Amino acid sequence: MDKSWNNRAWFLVLPVLLLVAFSAVIPLMTVVNYSVQDTFGNNEFFWAGLEWFEETITSERIHAALGRQVLFTAIILAIEVPLGIFVALNMPKKGFWASLCLILMAMPLLIPFNVVGTIWQIFGRVDIGLLGRTLTAMGIDYNYTSDWLDAWVTVIVMDVWHWTSLVALLCYAGLQSIPEAYYQAAKIDQASRWAVFRYIELPKMRGVLLIAVLLRFMDSFMIYTEPFVVTGGGPGNSTTFLSIDLVKMAIGQFDLGPAAAFSIIYFLVILLVSWVFYTVMTNLDREDRP
Amino acid sequence: MARITLSNLAHSYLPKPRGEADFALKEMDHVWQDGGAYALLGASGCGKTTLLNIISGLLRPSRGRVLFGERDVTDAPTAERNIAQVFQFPVVYDTMTVRENLAFPLRNRGRDAAYVEARVGQIARMIGMEGALDTRARGLTADAKQKISLGRGMVREDVNAILFDEPLTVIDPHMKWELRTQLKRLHREFGHTMIYVTHDQTEALTFADKVVVMHEGRVVQTGTPEELFETPGHTFVGYFIGSPGMNLFEAEVSGDMARVMGHPVPLGATYPPTGGRVQIGVRPEFVSLADAGLPVTIRRIEDVGRHRILRGEVFGQPVNLLLPEDRPAATGSAFLQLAPEKINVYSDDWRVQPVGARRAA
Amino acid sequence: MKRPGSALVMVLYLLFLLIPIYWLVNMSLKTNAEITRSFTLWPHDLTFQNYRTILTDPAWYMGYVNSLIYVVMNTAISITVALPAAYAFSRYRFLGDKHLFFWLLTNRMAPPAVFALPFFQLYSSVGLFDTHIAVALAHCLFNVPLAVWILEGFMRGVPKEIDETAYIDGYSFPRFFVKIFMPLIASGIGVAAFFCFMFSWVELLLSRTLTSVNAKPIAATMTRTVSASGLDWGVLAAAGVLTLIPGGLVIWFVRNYIAKGFALGRV
Repeated sequence: MDKSWNNRAWFLVLPVLLLVAFSAVIPLMTVVNYSVQDTFGNNEFFWAGLEWFEETITSERIHAALGRQVLFTAIILAIEVPLGIFVALNMPKKGFWASLCLILMAMPLLIPFNVVGTIWQIFGRVDIGLLGRTLTAMGIDYNYTSDWLDAWVTVIVMDVWHWTSLVALLCYAGLQSIPEAYYQAAKIDQASRWAVFRYIELPKMRGVLLIAVLLRFMDSFMIYTEPFVVTGGGPGNSTTFLSIDLVKMAIGQFDLGPAAAFSIIYFLVILLVSWVFYTVMTNLDREDRP
Repeated sequence: MARITLSNLAHSYLPKPRGEADFALKEMDHVWQDGGAYALLGASGCGKTTLLNIISGLLRPSRGRVLFGERDVTDAPTAERNIAQVFQFPVVYDTMTVRENLAFPLRNRGRDAAYVEARVGQIARMIGMEGALDTRARGLTADAKQKISLGRGMVREDVNAILFDEPLTVIDPHMKWELRTQLKRLHREFGHTMIYVTHDQTEALTFADKVVVMHEGRVVQTGTPEELFETPGHTFVGYFIGSPGMNLFEAEVSGDMARVMGHPVPLGATYPPTGGRVQIGVRPEFVSLADAGLPVTIRRIEDVGRHRILRGEVFGQPVNLLLPEDRPAATGSAFLQLAPEKINVYSDDWRVQPVGARRAA
Repeated sequence: MKRPGSALVMVLYLLFLLIPIYWLVNMSLKTNAEITRSFTLWPHDLTFQNYRTILTDPAWYMGYVNSLIYVVMNTAISITVALPAAYAFSRYRFLGDKHLFFWLLTNRMAPPAVFALPFFQLYSSVGLFDTHIAVALAHCLFNVPLAVWILEGFMRGVPKEIDETAYIDGYSFPRFFVKIFMPLIASGIGVAAFFCFMFSWVELLLSRTLTSVNAKPIAATMTRTVSASGLDWGVLAAAGVLTLIPGGLVIWFVRNYIAKGFALGRV
């Protein structure tokens, strides 16, 4: 659509601008302010320059948290995206069963994050949980509160449980937009099931997949509540992801300076990765066009 | 290649059809001769696409059988039937190049590379896309995409039939004509059975040797363009083919004489007594103004270029006729003369066969 | 109607989704004695005591009321400010529009953990700490950009000629917007509201940080109960089950728009 040039449109954007300025810009400035100062209490602050940033960048604790975070995000993306596509391909196309699947699949998405944590905390416990009890009965030594691998598996399965439906529903929406004639033509052309997926379904899902991967990347990189409720970041520090570490630092230990520097770097990393990802994907898209 | 036979075929989209009204396709028997160029003509929603999809195996008919040659293929999947089909809206594989698109049906059937290459080149030349073979299909215009679809439909030489489902809807007019000519040439060259679905009578009449007219889920007439014009088997055919369509008058018929509101109209043949609602039909081409005959009230005269159309009313029923160029335009009231041998008689919309020649007057 | 394999995949996947939820419901209907002393697949000693505890104790049920208040406030605020902005983005080009749009979206990428402490200080300093409006405003951080994004997608689908016709017919902008335009994108507004409701309802970190007593959300009530009494599993499970209900109701009402909404009008 051709849009006309009209600077008065700013008036329409103004409410959003003021609101976001209040809820984003002011707090962000506070963070920047803290990140370059030091305090010994009593509300007295001293200029600290880039000291906190240097500390953050060289901190082994944060490196470790970042490492865990990247590993976690990589694993859940590697599971949720293919699984989501697979589920979407198997969903009924229309009718009662399609509605039922949609409703049931949307359920986990509307559960408060801490309740998601609670559900899996209860479900996985070896004394009262179905999963924990079953695994123990099968002779598997499973205990997410003491074994780091069990804790990781639990947190990952929980995230897959929580968010795969989002990917699946997005892909489903993409699949719904494919006209029936494409499938008919593929039959006429004697295309294999794989060819139908590779040349018809995947290209049509590309747009929604971009949204899905971006959302899942951002949200998993910011994850806090669910693992916090289940494992509290433990055992040890094994499930302490970036947000958990940050909250520990800012609210638990009240290390405002380092926490603020950490926040800024954290935010920038997400922005940078999202931007790079977005640009790469849209450029790939554009190269296709003559 | 094979003859395609539809026997006692009927289809309903409902799982448990109750009455005839529930059927998208009413019971029919039909034979498509091997190597024929057919057009399947009818208004939107008359069941043309349903019929096509049953032939290609995309739909399984609720009743009846489909035979290719002697083989019953009712339950055979699309791939086994070896059919090509081109759809109304372009279907191209976006991420492939034009070349890959054209080669796709051949590759899926495991043809060797040299043959594929040669055949793709040949088809590309035919649809005028040799220059664009290595561009991606995604960014092309609707025109070009539909040409690729056509090309994909024609790329296999060994198909039993090629089905076209209003393939030229999105193509612009001058290209339409060109592609239709190409299809015609292709048909002469390779002799594939072709079934061309359209709601455009010009397309149907210029493409096909035989036109199959459908109306409300039924085949109402199959014939050459001349037959459809001269002796429409059903009032719908008379109305749908020709521009303007056939004139119909409520009448009483006895022997070789019809009466329209008491006015005698001589017929070209003798008809048996018939029941039901009786009408006589005559095309505008065979109606002329005269000094005596049916009284007509002239409403207006339209100049459509090649000729003029007179629109009027006979006893409250609309009537059209073509005026020759040299005749001065009349106004007000006049009389109509109908050419007797061009009049057809209909009972409940179906044509009545005459039993004999007209008695000498 | 399709291959039986598909049905099997869906059944397995839905079981995977539902079994943990079933277990929560199961626990909520048991007594604590049954939970800790025996292991049962369904409640043998069926009780509604856990629910009674929650629904009769203001410390519990006010948590739901508080959550619903700020969620509804947030949804209303987000949609109200996002509507005109989305209209501007969908219809006009103006100085810095692309940058502004991108900047808005970056707010969706901000980790709540980064904002927790500054929010706490900001709202404390303006005297809004522990109020519903504080949480509602804080959630605007991620909901407003999302609402603008979704609505813009839907509005782009409405042809511009409709606006022009309305102006020619003598409608003023506000009257046109409310009387003609909003009904046209009603499903878009529904979808945006659904997402705002959802993200505000499920968020815990900010809502917990910004409240202490008067506006304490149910989510926070639950976590604190766990840390305080520790082992009252039945009540905890019942509280969890009750948090599923608003989400379930919302899904039911928008079920026909879900697929469309997830595509954000942009496929």
